[in-house]
Amino acid sequence: MESLEEIKDRIEAAMAGVRLAIEGKSLVVGRQHLLDVVRFLKDDTGLAMDYCSNLCAVDWLPRTIKTRECDRDVQRDVPGHLEVVYDFYSMAKKHGPLQLRCRTEGREGTPSLPSITPLFRGAEFQEREAFDLYGIRFEGHPDLRRILMWDGFKSFPMRKDYRPPDDYEYEPTPHDEVLEKAKQHWPAPASAPVTPSKPA
Amino acid sequence: MAMDESLKNELQKAGVFITSVEGLYNWGRKNSIWPLQFGLACCAIEMIAAACARYDQARFGAEVFRPSPRQADLMIVAGTVTKKMAPQVVRLFNQMPEPKYVIAMGACAISGGPFKEGYNVLKGIDRFIPVDVHIPGCPPRPEALLHAIITLQKQIEQDHLTGKHKLRAYDREQQTEWPVPAYGEHDLEPPCNPELWHPAPLVREGVK
Repeated sequence: MESLEEIKDRIEAAMAGVRLAIEGKSLVVGRQHLLDVVRFLKDDTGLAMDYCSNLCAVDWLPRTIKTRECDRDVQRDVPGHLEVVYDFYSMAKKHGPLQLRCRTEGREGTPSLPSITPLFRGAEFQEREAFDLYGIRFEGHPDLRRILMWDGFKSFPMRKDYRPPDDYEYEPTPHDEVLEKAKQHWPAPASAPVTPSKPA
Repeated sequence: MAMDESLKNELQKAGVFITSVEGLYNWGRKNSIWPLQFGLACCAIEMIAAACARYDQARFGAEVFRPSPRQADLMIVAGTVTKKMAPQVVRLFNQMPEPKYVIAMGACAISGGPFKEGYNVLKGIDRFIPVDVHIPGCPPRPEALLHAIITLQKQIEQDHLTGKHKLRAYDREQQTEWPVPAYGEHDLEPPCNPELWHPAPLVREGVK
């Protein structure tokens, strides 16, 4: 398989107005060009990416990136967003993986991205899982509903700001974060009798 | 049994067996416990192993796994109970006819196990249904499941048909159907059955 720079140059030459970025080992594409780029990767004879093996989502909270440029400390604020990472392989040419990332705008409510299910049937359940756990709405998906949690569930469990329900009343051996949560339920020190520390 | 043991032994040698209706009833029930096949996760594999040739469960009469709850009298909850599955577990338990028993197999069924902090994991099936025997382990060995069946058999031996501590099946005041939790917006509603499950008070020295 060609290197990421060569793939990027070919895509930008083949489609007008498309700009990709390279971050680490993945290509970053904007949401308005996602379907075109994926179709190019699938139809191109040199790449022939006909198998989408994985589709997973990432939650980025708003953060400040500090870098050092030309002896100066530079800060830039990146607003929070959700991101989907695609892994493509080629069964015909036996090469891969090619990793593609696509970002949403913001992470309030349920931000949307185009769905690649019309091109890759295998992405159907994976996109349902990303919707269920992260709240990314995929436009063009034939049957977008929750797959792991029940249909009336309201929040998105894998987001960084998810608060799980508080049922830590009975924790015999807590430590670290569970200890903090269990302490909410402990009796007040004045009423606790002094007995050997064995659970009742 | 209000009878002299030595007299019973003498009569047995002569070929005369003396027992009570209760003893006979319990002997029949304990030696033919029919489990409901209810493997949810990895503990199901150990349950299958306990039913296979090496750790034969058929020796104890518990070989026929019934697919229908209406024909079973033991529910072995083997594996992690997710919150999505919990109402169905309670519904199946309600459909079993009395007298019925529950074995909570493995750490997940007892208290949530290694996945206790998961967003979809119910912290123990004894929050919603009454459990008779708990088997610790992750997963417990098939011999541990056989030990649990033997423990359950000993419990069944002590069951009474009349009197103050009679079986749930013969006691009109006791409930035989447990409320099924509903899917709430963030958790099951109710998150546990308050009549059934009380968090045991843990007393700690030097609580801050």
